[in-house]
This record gives sequence, C-alpha cells and structure tokens, in this order.
Amino acid sequence: MGDIPRGNRPLSPHLGVYRLPISAVTSIMNRITGHAMLAGVILIVWWLVAAVTSDHAFAWADFVLRSWFGFLVLVLSLWALWFHFLAGIRHFFYDAGHMLEIDEGQKSSWAIIWGSVILTLISLLLFFLA
Amino acid sequence: MRYITPLKAARGTGAAGPSTGTLHHWVLTVTSVALAILTPAFLLVMGNAIGLPRAGVLAYFSQPYPAIVTALFLIVGMYHFVKGTRNMIDDYLSHTERKVAIIFSEIFGWAVIAAAGYALARMALTAVIV
Repeated sequence: MGDIPRGNRPLSPHLGVYRLPISAVTSIMNRITGHAMLAGVILIVWWLVAAVTSDHAFAWADFVLRSWFGFLVLVLSLWALWFHFLAGIRHFFYDAGHMLEIDEGQKSSWAIIWGSVILTLISLLLFFLA
Repeated sequence: MRYITPLKAARGTGAAGPSTGTLHHWVLTVTSVALAILTPAFLLVMGNAIGLPRAGVLAYFSQPYPAIVTALFLIVGMYHFVKGTRNMIDDYLSHTERKVAIIFSEIFGWAVIAAAGYALARMALTAVIV
C-alpha cells in the first residue's frame, strides 16, 4: 500500500474522528437520558418504601434524597426527563412522517436542548418559590 | 450437516417479521403518550411531597390523586423503561448475552413496579382503615 500516491484524496469518514451532527447527538442523548433517569426513579421508590417501613428507614432515605447528592441526582433526572419528554414528542412527528429533513432535524435538536434546560429551570423555580 | 439454507435461517429474524419488534415500537408509542400526559402531574405531586415529614408523606399519598398519579407514572414509566431497554439490548447485544440482558431487565423492571406499588398501596389503604 505504501507505493500508492495518496496526494490530497479525501479520507472516508472515520467513526473515531467523525464529528456527530447535532441530530445524531440528540438521538443518542434520548437513549442515554431515558436510561439515566432510572437513578432518580430508584431514589424516589426507595424513599416511598422507606416511608411505609419505619421512622429510621425514612430518616435515612429522606436524608439522602435531600442531601446535595440527592439534589444532584434529582435535578439531573429532572433535566433528563424533560429532554426525553421533548425528544419523545419529536418521535411522534417522525412516526407521522414529519420533521425528517436535515434542517428540520437540526432545528428540532436545538429546540430539544434549550427546551429541556428551560423546562428544568421553570420546574425548579416552581418547586422553590411555589 | 445443516439442512437449511442461510436465507431460510435469516428469514423472520428482522424487527418487522413475525418477531415482536413492531409490537415493542407500538407499546413504546402508547406508553409515551400516557407518560407525556402524566409527567407534569407527577412532577407537581413530587414537588409537593418532597420536604414533608414522614407523617406528612403518609397523609399526602393516602389521597387519591397523588397516589394514582404516582402509581401510574411509576408503573407505566417502568414498563416503558423495560421496553426501551429491550430496544437498546436488541441493538447492542446478541445470542446468550442478549437473552440474559432481556431476562434481567424484565425482572428488574417488575421489581421496581412491585416496590412502588407496595409502598403506595400501603399508604393509601392504611389511611382508609385508620
């Protein structure tokens, strides 16, 4: 292979160096957020079971849930839930045959990213102020 | 000696054939719509419940609306989770690893549903008896 003149011939896209388009990023993020928010579900179900178990069990679960670690898990799960919510709604449009053009995919991807951040902030504001 | 041709061995193993890929997609779609409706309701319920003392949590989830919304979100959500995990397992794993992963994802999903259902049922029913 060494004697083939390579010149400036284009290289084929290599997965290791290929920058994913934004629609590919939001697509894989939909799968990741869907699985990652299990952490928040486990925390909440543990907390509910602890509430019907004993004072000691609830004190322990409530301490973890409301600690900085629990707050981090719940806020990240909240954002993951809103991201998955918006990306799931986009799938309804996909299934109906809409929003499948490249520019539409890019626009909807940014809408999902910013929409999930805004909905998370609104949820947190409602939680702390209302 | 293998008596079936490679084509015969491959037929019917795709998602759209007599396997269950189409059904999984449909179940994910139906549960998505349910969860899209339940998500804001569940977040408001959890926002009210987090921070309450144990007696307050028990009293709150003994009311019909918080109990039913939480039960629906966690049961439908975990069912959706198991189907979504199945989607991912079918994409990334094969052979024995795939079968083991499917079995444990189903067992895990139903265990979480049982735990959440038990806690909520106990809170709801205790209040009626007392």
